Amino acid sequence: MILGVVAGEITSTVNHPFYDGRKLLVVARIDPSGTPLPDSVIAVDVVGAGVGERVLVNDEGNGARGVLRSPDGPVRSVVVAIVDAVDLTTRD
Amino acid sequence: MQLGRVVGAVVPCVVTPGLEGVPMLLLQPLDRACQPRGTTLVAADPTRMAGPGELVYYEGGREAALLCDPSFVPVDHAVVGIVDAVHVVTDAEMTP
Repeated sequence: MILGVVAGEITSTVNHPFYDGRKLLVVARIDPSGTPLPDSVIAVDVVGAGVGERVLVNDEGNGARGVLRSPDGPVRSVVVAIVDAVDLTTRD
Repeated sequence: MQLGRVVGAVVPCVVTPGLEGVPMLLLQPLDRACQPRGTTLVAADPTRMAGPGELVYYEGGREAALLCDPSFVPVDHAVVGIVDAVHVVTDAEMTP
């Protein structure tokens, strides 16, 4: 899964029917300390995440189709969790 | 999914069964600030709605073929929809 921070959202009216009514978030990848990286991904939101929140994005098709209960859904990236904390243990 | 800008179209003369009439668009991938990132790619447009210069979002991999009808076609990038608006904050604003 991708650890990221919600950077914003996109709106779209002309789209594949599967995406009708779905909320799409722009999630920026972050490193474990929380610094945004250049990479980002557009993902379907199922947890109600907002801008600035750290989230987990499942970036794999079978898991995404399972979450959205759609065996043939053309979907790969889904925001599946809002992160409270990241405990980073450094090794000596 | 990623953001992209339609910068052109590809007109194939012979296609595999299932891809007849499906528009093939040249896309410039964009980062979250809508700035060009990486090299252009060719994506199928199952919505048949995206025009030149339009801001779209697209999917890659197996899911790209699932966007098409029929879905068992050799497609690795496909347009999901046309973007009306992007609301994205800066890196400084998203990390308090």
